[in-house]
Amino acid sequence: MSWKPLETMGWGRASAAFGDVARPERVAHLKKLLSLGAMPAFGMRRSYGDAPLTSSEKSLDMTRLDRVLDFDAATGLVHVEAGLPIGDLGRMFAAQDWLPPVSPGTGFATIGGCIANDVHGKNHHVVGSFGQHVTEITLIQGDKTRVITPNDSAEFQATVGGLGQTGVIASAKIQMMPCKGDLMVLTERRIDDLDEFFMAFEDATKDFTVGWIDATAKGDRLGRGVLEEGEITSGVNRSSGKTKSVPFNAPAWALSAPIVRLFNELYFRRVPRSGRTSVKPITDPFFPLDAIHNWNRLYGKAGFNQFQCVVPLNAKDSLREMLERISASGLASPLAVLKKMGAGRAGYMSFPMEGYTLAVDFPNRGAADYLIRDLTNMAREAGGRIYFAKDGVAKPQQIDGMYPDQDAWRKVVNEIDPTYANATNLVTRLNLRGPAPETKPAGESA
Amino acid sequence: MSNSSETWIILGATSSMARAFARKVAADGANVLLCGRDMDDLAASAADCTARGAANATALKFDARDTASFAPIITQAQAESGMINCAVFVGSMPTQSEIDAAPELIEGVIKDNYTGPAAFLQMLAPEIELRGGGTVVGVGSVAGDRGRIGNYVYGSAKAGFATYLSGLRNRLTRAGGHVVTVKPGFVDTAMTWDVEGMFLVAAPEKVATDILKAVDKKRNVIYTPFFWRYIMLIIRNIPEFIFKKMSI
Repeated sequence: MSWKPLETMGWGRASAAFGDVARPERVAHLKKLLSLGAMPAFGMRRSYGDAPLTSSEKSLDMTRLDRVLDFDAATGLVHVEAGLPIGDLGRMFAAQDWLPPVSPGTGFATIGGCIANDVHGKNHHVVGSFGQHVTEITLIQGDKTRVITPNDSAEFQATVGGLGQTGVIASAKIQMMPCKGDLMVLTERRIDDLDEFFMAFEDATKDFTVGWIDATAKGDRLGRGVLEEGEITSGVNRSSGKTKSVPFNAPAWALSAPIVRLFNELYFRRVPRSGRTSVKPITDPFFPLDAIHNWNRLYGKAGFNQFQCVVPLNAKDSLREMLERISASGLASPLAVLKKMGAGRAGYMSFPMEGYTLAVDFPNRGAADYLIRDLTNMAREAGGRIYFAKDGVAKPQQIDGMYPDQDAWRKVVNEIDPTYANATNLVTRLNLRGPAPETKPAGESA
Repeated sequence: MSNSSETWIILGATSSMARAFARKVAADGANVLLCGRDMDDLAASAADCTARGAANATALKFDARDTASFAPIITQAQAESGMINCAVFVGSMPTQSEIDAAPELIEGVIKDNYTGPAAFLQMLAPEIELRGGGTVVGVGSVAGDRGRIGNYVYGSAKAGFATYLSGLRNRLTRAGGHVVTVKPGFVDTAMTWDVEGMFLVAAPEKVATDILKAVDKKRNVIYTPFFWRYIMLIIRNIPEFIFKKMSI
């Protein structure tokens, strides 16, 4: 009465898996399923590639375990089940002046996913990553339940940003951020090239900053875009929050090079040369695409991949080469984001580092996979790394050295899960945990 | 809309449909009594309802097969002021083949889907009459509209419950109360998760929204999603001499 054979896909729909999935609605059921053997879990599958996928094995859909278990309005400490979407958490307590401290680009991501990928938001340079605000995690490791805190240093750091390899995250306590309301004063201004972007980020003073970048622009205009800076202000959002949906897969020409160039030109010119300031519900700048359900269908049936890297500050010029490579390819989509990150990270395998992060979507066609692998190499040579929550195409050798704490992480997770029962498609594809135990060590005779 | 002077007794509160419904009445500020068997799960849902705005949320033991569990819930409800409402989501659906292999399972199916909740509502009815109002929501199933080879034991229990609700409506209406019979089609719950051949599957939140609308408008019988009314209209009107040879 539990298992259903199901095809699952990452948000980019370029990666898919087929396996048996259970979707427990009660913790008792979850524990019973795991007592028979550990297995990976997933939430809303908003990671773009294969991070949430498990082929030919059993896995758990956590989305029905989405309750608030405790909330203290005085301290802002909240205890929630892992399947709760972070956007719901924001909506529930904004009226009581508490917001999630970190919100990724979509409110549909679950709390479990936010922890397992140690997500960052537009205020990363101020508050750090999501995991830095997690005070307790309840893990289910096979037939054992463990409650860990940041004091359980190694296990905590292996869990936050740990891609689910230490066990199933059942619930977590999060320290919310006090806020005056849920409106944001948003300032937008045009940025004419990459150097201006870097200078603008150096000078930025607001809590929330992010740059939209025109990844089709070349030459003098390379790296042009729009800088958004925001600060939360008092007042409560009373808009209806209406959403639209993309009802079917868009045809392939919808995101062809000329159309993307045209769109980007218009999007750039939408902001007046003198800039503009407006007041918006925080969900608009926090989750710009959530108002359009299934926007991933805009990329058509073949789906898309996102490339996201971060490079250290002193290697920021490597982004210029990347943007040249991208604009020359003619494969870029309108979705491209540049942001200066702080150093905040909470886990061994957490993505953030102090530097610049660039994210670009590419329709899954032509040479896009090769382009993404090239960009991955460029990020690595610059001393940077790629974001596992976005990746679906990198090769294992490309990851080598990107994550300096990978060995520490391996040691902890391989001890907790010696049979690799928690390995997902991404972990296997990138060989993140090292050779699986059934592989004989080199030199051992048959 | 419901408001803070109302109490909702929710039977079978561990089901996803009940959970979605409880969240909605909680957000309206109602007092909720979450009744079921898994007390840990009910405690989690009660905390969730409180966080979402319930005036109060309490977890109470309810077992459709154990009538002794009914009275404490009625007593608790009697202690609340304002209107007392009750939504019945309790039910169980072993597959027909499991029942064919073990016919004694029928007794449990009838208790879970029909006689248990009916006996509870029978105890609650005088309280609704006394207060001169209150709404009972009974969740049946389109499976109760016609016995089919695939699940006629479950269907017959739901049919019995629907007939009971019709009679209860007749009784409570004259005291100012109301009864809504809900017939969901396929809903995306734990009960249907691994059942093959599901189509037009509705989200529990959609069903909960439809139920609350029906409560507000004092509808008598609703199908949710609405199109099941037409699907079942056709199925009910197939002549028996043809229907008996069909397997749908």
